[in-house]
Amino acid sequence: MNEKNATFEANMQRLEQIVRAMERGDVALDESLKLFQEGTDLVHACGKLLDEAQMQIEKVVKGADGNPTFEEFQDEN
Amino acid sequence: MEQQVLSITQINEYIRSKMDADPLLGSVAVRGEISNYKMYPSGHHYFTLKDEGGALKCVMFKGNAMRLRFRPENGMKVIAMGKISVFPRDGAYQLYCSAMTLDGIGDLYAAFEQLKAKLAGEGLFDPAHKKPLPKYPGVIGIVTSSAGAAVHDMLRILRKRYPLTRVRLFPVRVQGVEAPPEIVGAIRYANRYKLADLLIVGRGGGSIEDLWAFNDERVARAIYDSEIPVISAVGHEPDVTISDFVADLRAATPSNAAELGVPDQQALQQVLDGYSAAMATSLSRQIKAGRQHLKALSGSPALRSPTGYLEQRRQNVLLLKNRLLSAQTQSVERKRRRFVEQTAKLDAMSPLKVLTRGYAMAQTKDGTVLRSVKQVNLGDEIGIAVGDGALSATVSQIKENGQ
Repeated sequence: MNEKNATFEANMQRLEQIVRAMERGDVALDESLKLFQEGTDLVHACGKLLDEAQMQIEKVVKGADGNPTFEEFQDEN
Repeated sequence: MEQQVLSITQINEYIRSKMDADPLLGSVAVRGEISNYKMYPSGHHYFTLKDEGGALKCVMFKGNAMRLRFRPENGMKVIAMGKISVFPRDGAYQLYCSAMTLDGIGDLYAAFEQLKAKLAGEGLFDPAHKKPLPKYPGVIGIVTSSAGAAVHDMLRILRKRYPLTRVRLFPVRVQGVEAPPEIVGAIRYANRYKLADLLIVGRGGGSIEDLWAFNDERVARAIYDSEIPVISAVGHEPDVTISDFVADLRAATPSNAAELGVPDQQALQQVLDGYSAAMATSLSRQIKAGRQHLKALSGSPALRSPTGYLEQRRQNVLLLKNRLLSAQTQSVERKRRRFVEQTAKLDAMSPLKVLTRGYAMAQTKDGTVLRSVKQVNLGDEIGIAVGDGALSATVSQIKENGQ
């Protein structure tokens, strides 16, 4: 599981909903203001997730019991 | 007759022109074994092809040599294509080789085509079976050699494009007899333990033999059976393998697979900027529309002239009331007419009505209607009803029909 990625994906989906709803223009003004605030926060959160992301790399090794174990992998950058 | 004397240059040129005019020598394919292989700093390759009976000098110029799909070595059996011509400086003919393949490749191509036809027949390449790739893959499994350049190319591109993802490497051998079972094992293992959202299976460029593991039927079926979507990433752009056909997506190269597998963060940033702009536009449009609505309301009749507005409403109410009343009246009239019709129908069926048409009804003293002569005796008093009244009579004669 990759929580940051899951958060990013959920944020993007919610953002798409918000933008669509606001573009349809069938929500009341006070609701629009709330959506705008929420959407702006999500845009910032998504940008921050991308900016701060550090790609993790691990090597999959089959353990003695057959279950997977993960080893650090040093990539020559 | 005096013999014509030619210079070396002249005779070599003469021989060259003879050879160059020959159609077979102009385009020939020669089978032999490589020896004396040398690559010069110029990039040209020089070697000799030989068989049991003889030898042929060969040269392959840099441009053609760069397109070789394998690294020639002494002892390799090859088929060399090109033209045979004279090298005037040495007075020697040689093969100017434009292309070269390993001998025996023909068998591999035949096997490739056979397997391709078989799997296509079974529907393994069916587009309907292709799974969509995740839009934002959280974990990408890479099934390839941990030694080659391919894995580093992929990691570099994935990190640059979408560092939010996590990469899990499944190191396998990608050539040789061990390669297919190891690749199959890695794909199955990743599926069994759900270790990735997306798999990239492949390797860097090499000869057709080097890539052969990805033409293996077991590998093809493992890719087909994978519940995790698979991108096939084998060799260079022109290399096509069975894995490419059966995978959910074919990438031209491993680097290309990394590009196809994840979104690009720069593009995502643009999308986010676009969302910000779209929200701002929508909001300001709504505020503007609200203002116009307010303006329109303040100019409405109700606000401009309340009494006039009320008067109009009152008249509307009156109009409606009249319509209601007239509807009621019409309804009563309709019901009355229906009552008269029904009464008329009843009246027509009344026995009294029959009497007015000249019939009479006889009754015994106790009021029973007479239907038979047997109901009375001579001398009985009976009542007779006619249209406009009743009278009494005495039975003076009885006569049954037929007597």
